[in-house]
Amino acid sequence: MTEATAWRWLPRAIVLGLFAFVIFGPLANLVLWSLAEAWYFPNKLPSQWGFRFWEVVFRPTGRAMESLTVSIWIALLTVVLCLAISIPAGLALARGKLPWRALVMLAFLLPQAFPSLPVYINIARIFYEFGLNGTVLGVVLVHTLHGLVFGVWITTAAFASVDRELEQAARNLGASALRTFFTVTLPLAAPGIVASAIFVFLESLDEFTGSYFVGAPEIQTLPLNMFLASMGGNYQISSITALILLVPSIGFMLIVERFLKADVLAKVGT
Amino acid sequence: MSQSRALSLALIAPALVVVLALFVYPLSYSLVSAFTDRAGEFTLDNFAKGYELYSRDVVFTVVIIAVSTLLIVAVAIAIGGYLTLGENRWAVMALAWLYRWPLFVPFIVAAQCMRTFLAKNGLMNNIFVSLGLLDVASTQSFLDWRGIIVTFVWKQAPFVTLMVAGAMASLDRSTIDAARNLGASRQRILFEIVVPQVRPTLVVGLILSFVTMMSVLSVPLMISGGTPTMITVDMAYRINAHGDYGVANALGLLCYILTGAAAWAYLRQSVRERSGA
Repeated sequence: MTEATAWRWLPRAIVLGLFAFVIFGPLANLVLWSLAEAWYFPNKLPSQWGFRFWEVVFRPTGRAMESLTVSIWIALLTVVLCLAISIPAGLALARGKLPWRALVMLAFLLPQAFPSLPVYINIARIFYEFGLNGTVLGVVLVHTLHGLVFGVWITTAAFASVDRELEQAARNLGASALRTFFTVTLPLAAPGIVASAIFVFLESLDEFTGSYFVGAPEIQTLPLNMFLASMGGNYQISSITALILLVPSIGFMLIVERFLKADVLAKVGT
Repeated sequence: MSQSRALSLALIAPALVVVLALFVYPLSYSLVSAFTDRAGEFTLDNFAKGYELYSRDVVFTVVIIAVSTLLIVAVAIAIGGYLTLGENRWAVMALAWLYRWPLFVPFIVAAQCMRTFLAKNGLMNNIFVSLGLLDVASTQSFLDWRGIIVTFVWKQAPFVTLMVAGAMASLDRSTIDAARNLGASRQRILFEIVVPQVRPTLVVGLILSFVTMMSVLSVPLMISGGTPTMITVDMAYRINAHGDYGVANALGLLCYILTGAAAWAYLRQSVRERSGA
C-alpha cells in the first residue's frame, strides 16, 4: 500500500471504526454484564467473570425459563389466530370483489398509524370488564391486533403474486374452487405466508407495552421479566434475558429474506 | 378464482371485527373518556389537570421526538447517500453490513443496552477514560433526555435508512451518471438529485418512526424515569398509581393530535409542491 492510498483510507477507516463502536458498543456492554459475577464502580471491567448468572436464569424452575415458555406460547397462539383471520382476508383482498378495497387495506394499517399506548390503556380497561385482564387470551388478542397489519398485508401480497393462469388451468382440468385453493394457490403463496408468520411471531415475542397493561402482573412474558429485573438493578439477569430475546430476532431476520421474495415484496401495500 | 362479493365480505369479516373491537372501540372509548369525569359527566377538567401537571413533560416529549426525527433524517440520508454514491466498494459493503444491526434488536433490549452503556460508569465513559479522553471525575451519566434521543436514533435510524437506501437503489442511474459526467460533486448530486426523488419514502419512514417513538414506553421508563419525562410514562403513571383514566386519555388525545399534526404538515407541504410544480 503506497503512502497516498494509506492517507485516503485513514479517514474512511476512522469513520467506519467509530460507527462500529456506536453500533456494537451498547451490545458489547450487554454481553459484559451477562458474564460479570461482580462489577462495582470504579472498575472499568467486571472484577469477577463467570457463568453463575446464566445458571440462575436457565435453572428449570427459574422465573426466566417460566416466562420464556409463556412468551413462546403466546407468540405461537398469536401466529395461529393472526393467520387464521389473515389468510381469508388476504385472499379476499387479492382476489375478491370488495367495495372500497383501498379503505379496507388502510383500516389494517390504522393501529400502526396511531400511537398505541393510549389504545392499550383502554383495551385493558375494557378487558377488565370481561375478565380478560391477566389472561393468556387477553395478551394474545392484543398481540394479534398489533400483528394484523403484517398478517393481512403480506398474505395479500403473497396471494396477489400467485399466477392466475395456474389456477385457471387447474379449474379447466375439473378441480373445484376449494381444491384449486388448497393444491395450487396456498402452496404457491406459502413462502409469503411463512414470512408474515415470522413477523407476527417476533412482534409478539418482543411486545412490551400491551403486555404491560393487559397481562401484568399475572402473565409474565420475557420482556416484562427483563424489565422488572432491570428496574430492580439486577443487570446480570436482565442482560442475559435481553440476549435470549435477541437470538430469535436475529435468527429469524437472517432467514426471512429467503421467504420474502422480491415479487411478493413489490406487491406489499398494493 | 374470482369470488362473489358476499364471499369476499365473509372472508374479510373476522379481520375487520378484530380491528373494530380491539382498535376502533377502544379508540372511541379513549376519546369519550378524555371528556368525561368519574361520574360520567362532560368536563374539560382532565385537560386542565393534564396541563397543570404535565405541560412541561409535553414540551419535553415534543422536543425529544423532534430532535430524534431530525437526527434520524440526517443519519438516513448520510448512510443511504454513501451506499448509493460511494466509490469505494469495500467501504460501501462494510457500511451496508454494519448499519442494519439495530433493526433486529427489540426496543426493550435496546433500552437495556443503553441503560448500561450510557451510565456514569458505563462502557462508553470507561472507554473514553481508558483512552485518556476524559478523567474519571468529569464523567457524567447520559441517562436523561440525551439517552432517550440516543436510543431512539440508534434503533430507528437503521429502519428509515433501510427504506431510503432501497428507494435510492431503485432510482434511474442515468441522471446521476450524467450529473457526475458534468462534474457535479457528490454532495450536490445527493441533495439536488437523489434526496428529492426519495422524499416520499423518507417521509413515510419518518412518520412510522414518529408514531413508534410516541408509543414506546420501555425506553423512557428504563432510560430516564425521573422528571421531566415523556408523556407515555405519565399516562402509565396516571393509570397504575391513580386509576385516573380521564387525565391519561386526555394525554393520549394529545398524542393523537401531535401525530396528526405531523402527518398534516407533510400532506400540506406535498400538496403545495405538487401544485407549484
